[in-house]
Amino acid sequence: MSEKSRAGGAAAPRRPRTPSALLKFVMAVSGVFLLLYVVLHMIGNLKIFFGPAAIDEYASWLRTILEPALPYEGMLWIVRVVLLVSVIAHIWSATVLTLRARRARPIKYAGGSYRVKGSYAARTMRWGGVIIALFVIYHLLDLTFGVANPNGVHLEVYDNIAAGFAPERWYVTLFYVLAVVALGFHVQHGIFSGIQTLGWSSNSRERTIKVVSTVFAVVLTLGFISVPLAVTFGVV
Amino acid sequence: MKLTLKVWRQRDAIDKGRLATYDVEAHEDMSFLEMLDVLNEELITSGEDPVAFDHDCREGICGTCSMVIDGQPHGPQRATTTCQLHMRHYNDGDTIVIEPFRSGAFPVIKDLIVDRGAFDKVIQAGGYISANTGSAPEANANAVQKEHADRAFAAANCIGCGACVAACPNGSASLFLGAKLTHLGELPQGQPERYQRVVEMVQTHEDAGFGGCTNTGACATACPKEIPLDVISQLNRDYLAATVGGKKKG
Amino acid sequence: MTDANSHQNHSDTDSGTGLYSDYTTGEPVVDKAVPSGPIETRWERRRFGVKLVNPANKRSKKVIVVGSGLAGGAASATLGEAGYQVKTFCYQDSPRRAHSIAAQGGINAAKNYRNDGDSVYRLFYDTVKGGDFRARESNVHRLAEISRQIIDQCVAQGVPFARDYGGLLDTRSFGGVQVSRTFYARGQTGQQLLLGAYQALERQVQAGTVEMFTRHEMLELIVVEGRARGIVARDMVTGEIEVHTADAVVLCSGGYGNVFYLSTNAKGCNVTAGWRAHRKGALFANPCFTQIHPTCIPVSGDHQSKLTLMSESLRNDGRVWVPTKLGDDRGPNEIPHEERDYFLERKYPAFGNLVPRDIASRAAKEVCDEQRGVGPGGLGVYLDFDDAIQRLGRKAVEAKYGNLFEMYERITGENPYEVPMRIYPAVHYTMGGLWVDYDLQSTIPGLYVGGEANFSDHGANRLGASALMQGLADGYFVLPVTIGDYIAKHNLDDVPEDAPEVQEAVKSVTDRIDQLLSINGTRTVDSFHRELGQIMWDYCGMERSEEGLRKALDRIPELRREFWSNVKVPGTGAELNQSLEKAGRVADFLELGELMCLDALVRRESCGGHFRAESQTEDGEAQRDDENFSFTSAWEYTGRGQAPVLHQEELVFEYVHPTQRSYK
Ligand SMILES: Cc1cc2nc3c(=O)[nH]c(=O)nc-3n(C[C@H](O)[C@H](O)[C@H](O)COP(=O)(O)OP(=O)(O)OC[C@H]3O[C@@H](n4cnc5c(N)ncnc54)[C@H](O)[C@@H]3O)c2cc1C
Ligand code: HEM
Ligand code: HEM
Ligand code: SF4
Ligand code: F3S
Ligand code: FES
Repeated sequence: MSEKSRAGGAAAPRRPRTPSALLKFVMAVSGVFLLLYVVLHMIGNLKIFFGPAAIDEYASWLRTILEPALPYEGMLWIVRVVLLVSVIAHIWSATVLTLRARRARPIKYAGGSYRVKGSYAARTMRWGGVIIALFVIYHLLDLTFGVANPNGVHLEVYDNIAAGFAPERWYVTLFYVLAVVALGFHVQHGIFSGIQTLGWSSNSRERTIKVVSTVFAVVLTLGFISVPLAVTFGVV
Repeated sequence: MKLTLKVWRQRDAIDKGRLATYDVEAHEDMSFLEMLDVLNEELITSGEDPVAFDHDCREGICGTCSMVIDGQPHGPQRATTTCQLHMRHYNDGDTIVIEPFRSGAFPVIKDLIVDRGAFDKVIQAGGYISANTGSAPEANANAVQKEHADRAFAAANCIGCGACVAACPNGSASLFLGAKLTHLGELPQGQPERYQRVVEMVQTHEDAGFGGCTNTGACATACPKEIPLDVISQLNRDYLAATVGGKKKG
Repeated sequence: MTDANSHQNHSDTDSGTGLYSDYTTGEPVVDKAVPSGPIETRWERRRFGVKLVNPANKRSKKVIVVGSGLAGGAASATLGEAGYQVKTFCYQDSPRRAHSIAAQGGINAAKNYRNDGDSVYRLFYDTVKGGDFRARESNVHRLAEISRQIIDQCVAQGVPFARDYGGLLDTRSFGGVQVSRTFYARGQTGQQLLLGAYQALERQVQAGTVEMFTRHEMLELIVVEGRARGIVARDMVTGEIEVHTADAVVLCSGGYGNVFYLSTNAKGCNVTAGWRAHRKGALFANPCFTQIHPTCIPVSGDHQSKLTLMSESLRNDGRVWVPTKLGDDRGPNEIPHEERDYFLERKYPAFGNLVPRDIASRAAKEVCDEQRGVGPGGLGVYLDFDDAIQRLGRKAVEAKYGNLFEMYERITGENPYEVPMRIYPAVHYTMGGLWVDYDLQSTIPGLYVGGEANFSDHGANRLGASALMQGLADGYFVLPVTIGDYIAKHNLDDVPEDAPEVQEAVKSVTDRIDQLLSINGTRTVDSFHRELGQIMWDYCGMERSEEGLRKALDRIPELRREFWSNVKVPGTGAELNQSLEKAGRVADFLELGELMCLDALVRRESCGGHFRAESQTEDGEAQRDDENFSFTSAWEYTGRGQAPVLHQEELVFEYVHPTQRSYK
C-alpha cells in the first residue's frame, strides 16, 4: 500500500482485534438468555397474588422440574449455569466495547452535548447495566441467601418477601422499584438493539420494533414492581 | 448580525489546541462557511493565522466540509452539510462553538481539519465490485428489481463525510460501513464478493481504531444524507452469515 | 511549431516589453495521431495500430496521473489493472471528493434502449452541432462509440442508475436533444459515477498497483529531453516539496471556471496543473470557450463564495419569465399572466424553455440588461412551476424535483412551491484546455491530458450530460490504450533525482513559494481573486466585445503586478497553509485570464458559448464565421505577460456539414 497516503487512525498499527460486531453478537445472545430469565422470573413472581401457598409451591416445583430424570434442583442449576455464563459474557463484552469506545472517542465536545444523539435508554445502557448488576448482588443476598433479609429462611419465599418489603422497610421497596425501572430502560433499548445486532431490523420494521420493545419493557417493569409495592402497601 | 465564535485552534497534530473567541459580523444570507470566510479575511488582514477548515464543493455533495457546530456534526439543521447551512438559522448575539470532528480514528491535522484517510482504507479492503475495465457484459442484460435498486441507491448516497463517526458516542463508523455494504449487497453484481467483502471491511474498520456500534442511532440523525439506520442491521446480518453462518468462502 | 524545450526558462516577472495583445501567428498545429479513412473505423484501427507493452515489462513502467475525478480516477484504475505502476495525485483528502462528484444531471450514451432513433451517429452528429462546429469530428465520433461501453462498465461496477419498474435502465432527455439518451442516478449522477471509479481505484491501491497521494498538489511539470517525465508536488500537510518521476504523465486536473471566482465549480478547482504544463511548452487551446449555465441560484450579496447549479432538468417543467413592465416591483404572485414575459417561449417557439444553455443564458442576460431582472440587483429571472403544479399536481412535481426544491429552499430561504424560483446564469464549464491530439497527447511528448482539462471534444459549447461521458471515455478507454502505445515505443531510462531539469523544476517551485510568502502586503488572496473574477465576468463573460476585452487586457496585468507586490500570505510553507495554496492558484489564474481575453479578442465571431457583440444576426443571435474561424486556437507561452504565439488547427468537416444553429 502507499507509503504516502496518510495512515488513517491512531499512529501505531495495532494487531488485528476481535471485531466489535462479534462482541455485539455475544452481548445480544447473552442478553436474550438474560431476558428470557427475567421474563419467566417476573411471571413466576406474580404467583404471589394467588396467595402464600401458591408461591411457595411454585418455588418447590422449580426445584423438582423433570424429576426424576434430573436430580433435585437439577433444572435450577442448569438455569443458573446458563445465567452465570450469560452474565459473564454480557459484562465482558460490554466492558471491552466500552473501553474501545473510550479510545475511539477520546474527547468530548465543548459545544455542549449533541442534542439528538439517541434516546435516553440508549445512552444509559452502560450505567443502567451497572445498576442492575449491583441490584442483583443485593437481591441475591436478600432473597436467595437470605443474609440481607429479616426472615431469610430458605424456601420460605412468601415470608421472605413479606418481611423484606414490609412497610417500615419502604426504602428497600424503593430501591427495588428504581432498579427495576433501570432494567426497564435497559430492556427497552436492549430489545431493539439486539434485533439490530442480529441483523433482523429493517427500515420499515424499525418503528414496530421500537413500539413492541417499549410495550414489552413497560409490562416487564410493571410486573416486577407490582410485587414489592403490593407487599409494602399491604395488598397481599 | 453580530456573532461570537468559539473556534478550536490547533497548530498541528502535536499541538494541544484550545478554543479561541472571535467576534464576527455575519449576514443572514451567508452560508456558514461564507461566515467563516469573512472571519478569515479579517484574521489575515490583521496579521493572524486564518482558521483552517476543509471544504470544496460547497454544495453538500463532496463530503469535504467537516466540523462540529455546538456539539453537532454539520450543525443543527437536519439533512444538511455545514456548507449548506445558512446563517438565517442564527440570531444576533448568538455564541457558536465550532470544533473538529472528534474521533480517535480521525486525528486532527490543523484547526478544524481532520484526517479521514481511515475511510479510504475501509473501502480498499473491499468496498468495490471487481470489474476490470472492458470486461463488462451488456448493461441491460440483468434487470434489477426496483426495490433493490432503490435501496441500493439510498445507501449509495453516502458522501463519506464522517459525521456519523463524529456523532457516535462509540466513535464507530458502522453507518458508513453499512451504507457501502448495503449499496453493493443489494445489487446482483455485488453478490459474488458479498461475504468476503463484509469480513474484510469489518476487520479493517476495527484495525483503523473505530469503536463498536451499540445501536445508539446518533449517526443516522447526524447523517446529512439520511442514510437509514437499517444499513447497520444489514451489516450485522451479512457479517454473521459470513462468520457464524460460515458463508465466507476461502 | 517551436521545440517544447526552448521555452522552459521564462522569466517570472512582468517585465516583458511590448503589448500582450500583439500576439504572433506561428505554424499551424496538426493532429498527427488520427487515422484517416472512414470515421466509423478510425478508433478501431487506431487501437489495432498501437504497439503493446509486454506484460512483464508493465510492472516496471510508471505513470503519474494528476487528478482523481472521472477522468483521472478511471485512468488510474485502468492503468493499474493493466499492471503499470501508477501514482495518482489529488488535492482533496480523498480521491472520492474530486469535483466530478457534483455533476447532477446525467451521462449520455447512444444505447438506444428507447428505440427512439438514437444511434452512435446521431450522438456524434448532435455533439458536433451542439459544439457549434468547433470540435474535431474524429474525436467526437470516438466518444459516441465509447459511450455505450461506459454504461456497461459502470453498471458492472455497481453504479445505481435509475431503473424503470421492469428493472431495466431508465433514460431521460436532457439539454435540448430530441432523443432520450441520458442515463442518470437521481440528481447525483456524477457522484455515483465517481464513486464507481473511486472504488475501482481503491481496489488497485489495495492490489498495490496504484499509489494514492491525497492532499498533494502538483506545482510543476518535469520535462527532460523534451519529454514529460514527472512532476513536482507539494505535500499540503507538511509542506514538503516532492519529486515524482515516471515514463508518462497524465493530467486530469479538471476545468478552470474558477478564474471567474464565482462559478459552479468546487472552491479548489484550479488551472495550476495545466498552466504549469503550458508554461513548459504545452499549447493551450480555445481558452475563451466557457459555458455559462442558465439555471443557477443568483448571487445574494458580496459575501458570495460560489454559485450553486440547479439541475437543467428543471427547465423540462418550469417556465422562465420576467415582468413585461419595466421596474415592476410587485411580488411574482401578484403579477398576472398577461403581464409576464415568457421570453424563451416567445423567442424560440420550437424549443421554448428547452433551448441549449448558451442561448437560454444569453436571453436571461438580455432581459436583465433591459432592467427587467428580478431579485437582488435585478440579476435574476423567474423559473415558475405554477403551471406544472396545476397540470401534474404538487405530488408529481415533488416526486420529480423534490430534492432540488429542498436545496433551493435551504440556500435562499424561499419555498419554490409557493414563490417562483429565481435563477441566473453562472460559469459552469470550460471547453478549452490543453491542446491534445487524437491520442490525447499534448504537444509535450509523454504528457497526456484527459477530461475537462483538455479541449478535445466539445468545440465551442458542451451539450448537457456529455462531460461525464467524455471524462470516463478518456479515462477508462482512450488513455490506457494510447499511453501504452507511447510507453511501448519509447523505452526510457529512469530520471535521476539530481538531473538538472529536476533540480530546476524544484527550484522554480520553492522560489515561487518563498516569493509569495515574502511579499507580506496588505491585500488577501481572495480579494485579488474576486477582482479578477469581476473583470472576467464583465468583459469575458456571456457577451464579449472588442472594447471590453481590450479593457480587460489592460486591467489584468495591472492587477497581476499588484498581486505580486501587495498580496498577503500569512504563515509558512512548512505547514498546512490554505492561503498559500490559494495564492499559487490565483497567480496562475491571473495569467490564464489574460490569455482567455486575448483568445476571445482574436476570435471575432460568435460561436457556442463565445458570443461576440460584433458578430450577431439581425435578431441578435450568434453569427458564426466559418470562412475565417473554422479552427482551433492553440496558444504557445512565451513568458508572463508577453505576447504569445497562436497556432491554428484547421477543422475539417467531412460528415457533419456546418449550418447555422437555429432553435427558433
Ligand atoms: C455543478 C456541476 C454539475 C455538472 N453536471 C454535469 C452533468 O450532469 N453531466 C455532465 O456530463 N457534466 C456535468 N458537469 C461537468 C462535469 O462534472 C465535469 O466536467 C467533469 O466531472 C470533470 O471531470 P474531470 O475528471 O475532468 O475533473 P475533476 O472531477 O474536476 O477532477 C479534477 C481532479 O484533479 C485534481 N487536481 C486539480 N488540480 C490539481 C493539482 N494542481 N494537483 C493535484 N491534483 C489536482 C483534483 O484533486 C481532482 O481530483 C457538471 C459540473 C458542475 C460544476
Ligand atoms: C448485569 C449487568 C448488565 C450490564 C453491565 C449490561 C450492559 C449492557 C450493555 C453495555 C449493553 C449494550 C448497550 C447497547 O446495546 O446499547 C447491553 C445490551 C443488552 N442487555 Fe444488558 N447489561 C446487564 C444486564 C442485563 C440484563 C439483566 C438483561 C436482561 C434483561 C440484559 C439484556 C440486554 C439486552 C437484550 C441487550 C441488547 C443486546 C444488543 O445490543 O445486542 N442486560 N447490556
Ligand atoms: C422486583 C421484584 C422481584 C422479586 C419480588 C424477586 C423475588 C425473588 C425471589 C423470591 C427469589 C428467590 C427465589 C428462590 O430462591 O426460589 C429471587 C431470585 C432471583 N432473582 Fe428475583 N425478584 C425480583 C426482581 C428481580 C430482577 C429484576 C432480577 C434480575 C435483574 C432478579 C433476578 C433474580 C435472580 C438472578 C435470582 C436467583 C435465582 C436463583 O436461585 O438462581 N430478580 N427473586
Ligand atoms: S453515512 Fe452519512 S454521516 Fe456517515 S459518512 Fe456517509 S453521509 Fe456522512
Ligand atoms: S451512533 Fe454509533 S452506536 Fe451505532 S447506531 Fe450509530 S454507530
Ligand atoms: S463542501 Fe462539499 S459537502 Fe460541504
